[in-house]
Amino acid sequence: MNLSVRSRSCIGMGSDDIKEGGKGLVKDITIRIDDKEISAPSGSTILEVAKANGFYIPTLCHLDGLTDIGACRMCVVSVGGKIVTSCTTKITEGMEVITNSDRLAELRRLNLELIFAERNHVCSMCVSNNHCELQDLACDLGMQHVEVPYAYPRLSIDATHPKFIVDHNRCILCGRCVRVCAEVEGAHVWGIAGRGRETLVITELGIDWGDAETCTDCGKCVEVCPTGAIVEKGKAAAEMEKHPQLVTTLKERREND
Amino acid sequence: MKGKNTARTLVSIMLNEEVHVNEVLKKYPPSIRENLLDILHDIQESDPHHYLSNEALTAVATHLGMDLAEIKGTASFYSMFSFTPRGKHVIRVCASPPCQLLGASTVLDKLIDTLAVKEGETTADGLFTLETSSCLGLCGVAPVMMIDETSYGNLTAARIVEIIERIRREDETS
Repeated sequence: MNLSVRSRSCIGMGSDDIKEGGKGLVKDITIRIDDKEISAPSGSTILEVAKANGFYIPTLCHLDGLTDIGACRMCVVSVGGKIVTSCTTKITEGMEVITNSDRLAELRRLNLELIFAERNHVCSMCVSNNHCELQDLACDLGMQHVEVPYAYPRLSIDATHPKFIVDHNRCILCGRCVRVCAEVEGAHVWGIAGRGRETLVITELGIDWGDAETCTDCGKCVEVCPTGAIVEKGKAAAEMEKHPQLVTTLKERREND
Repeated sequence: MKGKNTARTLVSIMLNEEVHVNEVLKKYPPSIRENLLDILHDIQESDPHHYLSNEALTAVATHLGMDLAEIKGTASFYSMFSFTPRGKHVIRVCASPPCQLLGASTVLDKLIDTLAVKEGETTADGLFTLETSSCLGLCGVAPVMMIDETSYGNLTAARIVEIIERIRREDETS
């Protein structure tokens, strides 16, 4: 089990150090994406290279500025016939990547259906209706219905925090809240506990969010949550607009300073 | 609201409730997170109620310099760890396919009947906690159960009653 990746990226390691040290080592390598030859710096992920060159790969748990963990499996691509998550796979010389095919479309849609079926994702009943990355993705991928039966778990809603609510029924376990809290805010409040379908996001030892002393009430987890799982109190569905790009901008500015 | 947990931790430290936790932590160097699972096992085994309290987990987090959520996330992945107090003896009935085929459900029913508890519960006298487990690796003598560190194979209804009675007697005399 490698728990060290995240800590390493957040223990005040100035990003400048990485750039200085790495500059001499970074060299461009050539890969092929959908029959187009592309040159990109070694160490980049397939997703980074594909996005920079205008290829569309659907993503959900990925957010520019946070460490990728390959949790949602939406960004799968084919590398020499093998299916890999593009956000966590680094490019190698001569790599041949296919970003779109009938098989990939089918795998992505089935994966998306399973995400919907695992919890109670009913858009018309959700506070994040029309401001939801899960809903947007379903529209983009042309998902018209869910063919697997919904699990309909009865999960708790924690409204003990004075400003925010976490509704586990709408959580897709993307881990953005966990990562933003540790990597950007540095508070390390959120975690993921349990296993399989019993997995939940937790605050501290799984205590009520309102009792979590390490929480700084900053609201970054609210802004990056792609669904209606973490929301602000007192907002109607029409006002529930999230701003995950704030975190990306913040991270970029810190690195440029 | 905030501060309640710190207060509880302080009280339990003052009352020496967590002495066994400190004893365990003394054996491990601080900040070496690779020791986490060993530490959790040691603490759970030395706890009179065979469980990991929030106070114990907090002490481990401090010792290793890890986040609370990270500790709980790791511990909760493993079914061998419990976060609620358990009885003096923990019974684990194997629920894997080979044991199922040879009557593990009958074993569980017999234990539920004999101990008058449901799965996951502790007897009123605090002596036994009944749990199911994934494969115990003794398929050759299925159906199998484990009581604390001892395994019992080739179980029959009569043998189950006999084993439970014997442990009860031993506990009374000790």
